Amino acid sequence: MGAARVKRLAALGAPLLAAILFPLVVDNPYLVSVAVTAYVTAIAVYGLDVLLGYTGQLSLAHAGFFGVGGYVVGILTSDYGFSFWTALPVALAVTSLLGHLIGLAALRTRHDYFAIFTLAVGVMIVIVIERWEGLTGGTDGLIGIPPPASIGPLSFTSLNAQYYLVLAFLVFTIYVVWALMHSLVGRTFLAVRNSEELARAVGIDTGRTHQLSFVISAALAALGGALYATFLGSIGPDVGDVPMTFNMLVYLMIGGVASLPGPLVGTLLIMGLMQALTAFQEYTMMILGPILVLVIIFFPHGIAGQGKVLFERLTGGRKGA
Amino acid sequence: MTLFLQQLVNGVALGSVYALVALGLTLVYGVLKVPNFAHGALYMLAAYVVYVMLEDVGAPYALAILASVLTIAVVGALMELVVFRHLHGKTPVHMMIAALGVLFFMEGTADVVWGPDFRPVPTPLDGVVTAFGINITEQRVLVILAAVASMVGLYLLLKRTLMGMSIEALAQDREGALLVGIDTRRVAVLTFAISGVLAAIAGSLIAPLVLVFPLMGAVVILKAFVIVILGGMGSVPGAIVGGYLLALAETMAGTYVAFAFSELIAFALLVMVLVFRPTGLFRKGV
Repeated sequence: MGAARVKRLAALGAPLLAAILFPLVVDNPYLVSVAVTAYVTAIAVYGLDVLLGYTGQLSLAHAGFFGVGGYVVGILTSDYGFSFWTALPVALAVTSLLGHLIGLAALRTRHDYFAIFTLAVGVMIVIVIERWEGLTGGTDGLIGIPPPASIGPLSFTSLNAQYYLVLAFLVFTIYVVWALMHSLVGRTFLAVRNSEELARAVGIDTGRTHQLSFVISAALAALGGALYATFLGSIGPDVGDVPMTFNMLVYLMIGGVASLPGPLVGTLLIMGLMQALTAFQEYTMMILGPILVLVIIFFPHGIAGQGKVLFERLTGGRKGA
Repeated sequence: MTLFLQQLVNGVALGSVYALVALGLTLVYGVLKVPNFAHGALYMLAAYVVYVMLEDVGAPYALAILASVLTIAVVGALMELVVFRHLHGKTPVHMMIAALGVLFFMEGTADVVWGPDFRPVPTPLDGVVTAFGINITEQRVLVILAAVASMVGLYLLLKRTLMGMSIEALAQDREGALLVGIDTRRVAVLTFAISGVLAAIAGSLIAPLVLVFPLMGAVVILKAFVIVILGGMGSVPGAIVGGYLLALAETMAGTYVAFAFSELIAFALLVMVLVFRPTGLFRKGV
């Protein structure tokens, strides 16, 4: 085991250890619940990154899929007596299917047309959620969504237990994205992003690649939404609305697109800052807007992109990558 | 029949506003390839300038419109100078995200300055014109006439002036335009300013007919994008025809089918156009 590898393991282990110790050290239920919200949002932001970072398409319906995942879990658990553990796979399946069907139409377009098309889809999802009052509770949303049922001796009624469960899902999500990017499928994603013509020329089915990336992205959004609904106990149409997609986009761009730590770094940093600066809540958009523009112009790879350059310099570069 | 005529006139008035907003959007896209999400914020800001001039300053409506057009032309030009100039050559998705950042900033600023409430704007023209058994408010007559005048003005500007021809040259070939000695940076600023003027005319005309609020541009920009895609990105006639078509479809569906249905029409149209004819109904050509 080389020194560089030890350092890399430390770079992975240290944040995980910090995350595990966090609720024990701060011992503040409010901050722990903020962290829970940030983690479920980060899971969805990873989904956005799979699409934007790795295949180069911007979906503005992302929060819509987050909302669909949350609503399916909320409706099944509070109205139909499902347990969270059976409702979750249903939510993932429903959202993936919806994503697949929308992708069939949306992916006839690319780039700016695709973003506008998905923006319209995002608006339509919210209109359906608001109008289908019998099922979704309309603009009031759903309340009293139960937390996950116990698995054997593991009970999820305490806040700290919920925190660790969400942390486990977050680690799982990061692992899935990491494994995906180091697989042949992940490499075809990058090939399609870098040049669709070239990718097609070497025999990649670019249509299927875009479709797969879009469905994975929707499923990760749904996972975030499902966890959001069960841990916050309520869900409203706002969480599926287009401004929520814009927030996720800000977290992703600032954290760093197409990098493994990027979505988590951006989400924790910006959500943390917004909590710390509640006095400036009124000015959030006035501040985030110019930051987004500056990031696009000067740091298109975000904090993680800049950090990676620094990290590789410190660890002596990546060998054989 | 009276109801139909009445709704036809209302649809044409709404279509005039849609077409003006879509024209500014399609111009910037056609010439500079910028999908400018912040265009809706220009329209919103124009309505607020009219609100301030009428309500706080007590100026006459004509002066309010003039102030709004000048202010928004400058804001549009600044947008190019401060943001989009530095994004030349980036992907459309990068430009779009930057435009979203500008939109956040402008909506956030309006929210801080005027608050999130819906504000009524004083109606400067409250008379009613009666013709063919239908009643049309003078404001709607003004909307239609001023919009048509603006479109004729834009046409003359693009086809008959050197400035307009240099804009067209840039739309056709940026490098070529540079080679024959056109100051492309100046033309880019001008294009954004003209796009701002069009948004300002639309916002100033609609303000007395609706309530003004910080997010009012978000709904309209989405429809403008639908229109521009419908008409073909970058096509001037496409934006005009698309604007009137969408507004008439919405008004008629709202009258004869159901009001809730009318707000879904734009999206249904978008889905159908992109699925069956992704390049739009008209060919591009500024």
